[in-house]
Amino acid sequence: MEKRLATDKRKFSMLCTILLVLLIVLFFASIRTGTMNIPFPQIWSAFFGSDVGNQRMTLFEFRLPRIVLAMLIGAGIAVSGGILQSISRNPLADPGIIGVNAGASFSVVLYTFFFKGTAFLAGVVSIFVMPFFALTGAFLSAILVYLLAKKGGSVAPGRLVLTGIGLNAAFNAATTVLQMKMDPQDFTKTLTWISGSIWATNWDYVLVTLAWLVVLLPFAIYKARYLNIMRLDEPVITGLGVPLEKERLKLLGTAVGLAGCCVAVGGGITFLGLIAPHIARGIMGTKHEFSLPLTALIGANILLLADTVGRVVIPSMELPVGIVISILGAPYFIYLLIRTA
Amino acid sequence: MAKAHTSKAVHRVQDQPYKKRLAYFILGFGWIFIILAVAGSIQLGASNVGYTTVWKSLFFYDANNSAHVVIHELRLPRAIAALCVGAGLAVSGSVMQGMTRNPLASPSILGVTSGSLFLMAIAYAFFPGISYKSLIFISFAGAGLGAALVFLITALSRGGNTTVKLALAGSAVTSLLSALSTAIGLRFNISKDLSYWYAGGVSSVQSSQLKYVIPAIIAGVIIAIAISRAVTILSLGEEIAKGLGQNTVFVYIAGIVAVLLLTGAAVSIAGMIGFVGLVIPHITRFLVGSDYSLIIPCSAILGALLLIIADDAAKMINAPFETPVGAVTAIIGVPFFLYLARREGGGL
Repeated sequence: MEKRLATDKRKFSMLCTILLVLLIVLFFASIRTGTMNIPFPQIWSAFFGSDVGNQRMTLFEFRLPRIVLAMLIGAGIAVSGGILQSISRNPLADPGIIGVNAGASFSVVLYTFFFKGTAFLAGVVSIFVMPFFALTGAFLSAILVYLLAKKGGSVAPGRLVLTGIGLNAAFNAATTVLQMKMDPQDFTKTLTWISGSIWATNWDYVLVTLAWLVVLLPFAIYKARYLNIMRLDEPVITGLGVPLEKERLKLLGTAVGLAGCCVAVGGGITFLGLIAPHIARGIMGTKHEFSLPLTALIGANILLLADTVGRVVIPSMELPVGIVISILGAPYFIYLLIRTA
Repeated sequence: MAKAHTSKAVHRVQDQPYKKRLAYFILGFGWIFIILAVAGSIQLGASNVGYTTVWKSLFFYDANNSAHVVIHELRLPRAIAALCVGAGLAVSGSVMQGMTRNPLASPSILGVTSGSLFLMAIAYAFFPGISYKSLIFISFAGAGLGAALVFLITALSRGGNTTVKLALAGSAVTSLLSALSTAIGLRFNISKDLSYWYAGGVSSVQSSQLKYVIPAIIAGVIIAIAISRAVTILSLGEEIAKGLGQNTVFVYIAGIVAVLLLTGAAVSIAGMIGFVGLVIPHITRFLVGSDYSLIIPCSAILGALLLIIADDAAKMINAPFETPVGAVTAIIGVPFFLYLARREGGGL
């Protein structure tokens, strides 16, 4: 047993190192590419030497915050998905099942509908208005799912999933009705948002998202041992002396907080929350104290890669990052599915 | 652990007797409600026609009477399409959930709807003037493509839990194909065009389309009913089914063929009406218990009924404009679904 733990630990630290190196490589690749390629010597001199052609602003005000944000959102969504798959005991779960995405999308579409699209990327006020609406929508619908699924003081995983399905359907229906009444321009904007894109970046978003993650990610990893036992039968868990409902609520709250803050600035990027935990479990096994940190790193890597690819693949336009994730991630996920037993 | 699982499974099969009575009630009297709903649906519309005109147009058709022509060419095909689509999606959803034992499984998880949408997006982008009739075949081909991909991936991956793999492969393929369609839509500026189709509806169905769709739906429902007992056993778990001597591979293949026929046909005339296939099977299971030889026929009736009522509502809510019927089905069905989910808990 101890020997096994030691091998696990060695494997874990090796995988962490590999993923961190990969993330750093991606970071440098991402900062130099874009509509305008900036070679490394110029990046160096823009920050530390003479700033030729105002490149410091491009780098520092646009690229750098976007890169950092991509890594943060990736880690947050991925861990949220990992937690939810364990709580709901459903391998198909992603942050969408507790209504976070549907609620946020509905809220954003409602806002765009009433304020006629002036909201996107315009003015100082709107910087925080959109994420605020998205966050409120996400939290409200998650709370609604929780309250509706709660019965006799307990939230059975099956009932949670079913209630999530129902509320998702309702919010999506309402979103569709509103979208149909929009003019094509607003429609495309909201569709881009729903598909998931890091649609606006500045350091304020980075700081706010970072503040959420700094609290919630370590907490999730600290609670990993409770996630390990969630797949047992409920009487067994209670028999082990675990206050099941309390721990479940804490973990659910963590997952909702992570997904909510990420959805607010990143839009609907749920597929990442589905695949990243599966990839982590595929290479590391089911122990959450190891697989959750790896899930975070894998999520950060995938989202940064997808965002970079989305920026450069079609020169005239930006592909929503959620779409790139599906196009890049699905084939790899399918490969994993075929390979592992 | 295994023993506990089996006893739980056995417990689930023995439903309370009132559920069986409810199932017979649905099967026996559902038809009456459907006929009433169809009559209402024909009568309602941009111009209301009286019931006597409806009656006359059906049995004493007069080609010179414009009301009769409207009923024959527009209203009746629309009502029949709503019945077919509702029944088809609900039955294929029941089969999917029974086979995969996953409450999140819906027909769209087999890659059928997203495959359809994908080829549709390509058609819109590269052949803008394409006729409606060829779109049906394109959509059917896309449905086949999506299902073939999912099936191929599941077949290639040996070992492990087949049902989980099927569901995971399905959601990966669905995500990939819909992402590609959205990308095409955004790149070629056709996302709004696609979205009308994406939202789904039976408002523009013509009688010529129905002759391809009705046989497919009937064949699909017959296959589904034929394998319904096997699906009940499969829904207890793959190991149990194998232990009881069931040829699970055959059941999977038959189930997939049924889902493909039903969903492909429904999607080709009505676009993506996601809600019916996901939620009607749950509602039916809550009402009639866990025996699929009751769930499958009952879900056909309930699905048809929900869709035709929703379609009537879609005509009236914002008249003379049509509201997307997928949205209306969700708005009607969700409260009921949530109530049942709360009362019955999570068993599948």
